[in-house]
Amino acid sequence: MQQEKILKLPSQIESVEKAAQEAESFARTAGFADDVIFAVDMAVRESVANAVKHGNKLDETKNVEITFRNVGAGFEIDIRDFGAGFAVEEIPDPTNPENLLKASGRGILFMRSFMDEVEWTNHADGGTIVKMLKKR
Amino acid sequence: MAELNITERQAGDVTILDMNGKVTIGEGSIALRNAIRRLLGEGKSKILLNLGNVGYVDSSGIGELVSSFTAVNKEGGTLKLLNLTQKIQDLLAITKLLTVFDVFEKEDEALSSFE
Repeated sequence: MQQEKILKLPSQIESVEKAAQEAESFARTAGFADDVIFAVDMAVRESVANAVKHGNKLDETKNVEITFRNVGAGFEIDIRDFGAGFAVEEIPDPTNPENLLKASGRGILFMRSFMDEVEWTNHADGGTIVKMLKKR
Repeated sequence: MAELNITERQAGDVTILDMNGKVTIGEGSIALRNAIRRLLGEGKSKILLNLGNVGYVDSSGIGELVSSFTAVNKEGGTLKLLNLTQKIQDLLAITKLLTVFDVFEKEDEALSSFE
């Protein structure tokens, strides 16, 4: 069984769909259940969209590096961008009444809602890595 | 095939948009934005979005629903939602937007709510 898949995709909106399709294919081959696949699909779309738009700022000379792993605990995902980084605790809570009608800012909420573990770190060589786990 | 197909129907002064596909980052969100702008440009500001055949919405799509809602309100109109799938209901619950949108399961009830 394939245990790990690594992708390097350009910083364009089309990479979101490509990454989601690759995640689903990997998860189905590895035998994950439909609810895990739905959560992974949602989290991959949101995290790759963030990496492309907010991390790499649609700079097509920068890639988004994506790793899927079938590990004992479940489905593990790493998404790395090459942007300036950000402090996740400074992202406004989109469910606060004053933010409810904002057009954006819900991606991180979805990642946290659908995955069991989500963690952001700054890479030593620049950029941000988000590591996520969906338990099987 | 387009990510999101939108068909327009008229029921009195209410415009119903039957949406089929995905409201996601890129093409799907843009299609919804363009449809709402066009209706507002034509003076149609009572709008019912039928999401029964929308299988997938991401945070960008949810944001576009919110933008549509505020754009229609700004013109003195009303935008309501019809036929949400369980997944879309879950997303609106997570984002606490079920408290913002008027949501209906039956088209006739949705239409009479505009009167």
